[in-house]
Order: sequence, then structure tokens, then C-alpha cells
Amino acid sequence: MAHAPSAESVALLDRFVAALVAKGVLTEDQITTQIASTDRASPEIGARMVARAWTDPEYRALLLRDGGQAAEAMGVSMAGAPPLGVLEDTDKVHHLVVCTLCSCYPRAVLGYPPHWYKSAAYRARAVREPRAVLAEWGTTLPDGVAVKVVDSTADYRWMVLPQRPAGTEGWDAARLASIVTRDALVGVALPRAGQ
Amino acid sequence: MTGAFEAGQRVRVKLDFPELRGPCHIRTPHYLRGREGVVERPLGAYPNPEDLAFARPAPRIPLYHVRFDQPSLWNEGAAGDTVLVELYEHWLEGTA
Repeated sequence: MAHAPSAESVALLDRFVAALVAKGVLTEDQITTQIASTDRASPEIGARMVARAWTDPEYRALLLRDGGQAAEAMGVSMAGAPPLGVLEDTDKVHHLVVCTLCSCYPRAVLGYPPHWYKSAAYRARAVREPRAVLAEWGTTLPDGVAVKVVDSTADYRWMVLPQRPAGTEGWDAARLASIVTRDALVGVALPRAGQ
Repeated sequence: MTGAFEAGQRVRVKLDFPELRGPCHIRTPHYLRGREGVVERPLGAYPNPEDLAFARPAPRIPLYHVRFDQPSLWNEGAAGDTVLVELYEHWLEGTA
């Protein structure tokens, strides 16, 4: 949970930034630009990417082949961002994303991770009892669908391409994007036509 | 950079705990040490985070997406469920 930073930690951060600037590792402007870029990102970006993939087979192929290029195609700058991988849910498999080691999250296309994603409970339980975690989110999978937990441990960041739900026939991309929630983009929830 | 392993190959995560020998930064979760999985696909090569964390020269190391049977990791769970994890080549060994 978020706490107000202590005076000590603020002072430590100030000294750390001053040292990085003094050593020429980065500039204050770069920090400001990066913060602005992270602040701009939100799950609406990921939702628009999914909605386009649902309506445009070529874009879907690009999204699954190279998530970073697919993000750039939607006007998102991926400069300096880790590689983005996108995992496709099917009739046979449902993906659930977690980072058991820390809190790796596809910030470039989803923005800041929610608190629960960073919690010890989610990180420990998603990998050990994923179906219990999904049940607590009210997410039930049809029979015959296997859960594939994606433990984000290294250089990639991972986003889920959920299945397009029934009842959305004829919807345009904007309406489709409106039902793709942040939670669906990491696999704890499923998009539903009734949302 | 071409790695030593390819998609479909069975691999074992080294049963090693460098954190018992001194300060280190490791991206291989404890729960996979000594476990066997299958390479799903190579993911390219990246500077070794174990060196990056200490500002040492960091050679690029092939990275793989490796799939593990989920119930056998924990002795519980639903048959057919899996865990997919990014692992660096120096943590993997082939199985006989």
C-alpha cells in the first residue's frame, strides 16, 4: 500500500538523482519526460490495441508477433520501454500475468500497476493457486480451458489478448475497447458484452 | 545470438542457490530451481541482470520462455494448467 514518503527517503532520492546527473547518467529533463510518458499511459491504450486486433486480422498478427511495434502503430512511443509480448487466449488456454519476483507490468500500454498486482498475496497465490485467485475475481473459465500463468521474470513485459466475447457482433472498435478492462488485460477478468 | 536450446526442448533449471553464497540479484524464481520444463520459444538475448545489478560488464545471454506443469510444482492444482517463465540460458541445462 502507498505511504507518504518519509523525509529520509525523499532526501535519499534527491541525493541519488543529483549523483546520476553529476555523473552524466541522465538529466533532469529525461526524468521529467519519462514521468510524463508514464503518467500518460493508461489501460485505454491496451484496450484499443485489443479492440483493433479483434477487428483487423493484420493488426492481430502484428500484435502477437511484436507487441512493441503494435503499440507504436497506435501512436505509443516505445523508445526505452522493455519489449512487449502479447499472449493470445483461445478456447483451450487462458493467460494470467503475474510478477512473482517484483512487479513487472506492461506500463507502456497499461500505465501504473494497481496495488493488488504488487501485493505479496497476489504474487504468491497467482502462481500457486491461479484458479482460486480467478474465482475470487468472479472469473470462471469454461470446462476444458487450461490456465497458463505467465510469471514475468525478465526483460519482457506481457499483456493478454483476451477472446472477443459473444454478443459483440457488429460493434465498432471504440465500443469493443470500452469492455476491455485493465483487469482483462492481465487475465484476472474476462471482457463481457454486458459491461 | 543463437542459443543452446530450441522450442520443444526439455530443460532443467539448475538446482542452485547463489544467494546463500553472497550478495546477488537473480531473476530465476526459487520455486523453479531443479524443476524440468519445456522451451516454448527463444526470446532473444539480453544483458545479464545479475551483472547489471552490480554495474559490472553484462554479456548478453539468450533468454527463453519455458513452460512448466503447474500442479507438479506445488503438488496441487488442476491437470493441464501450466506456468510460463522467462529464464536465462545460464540457468538451464539439458535433460538426458
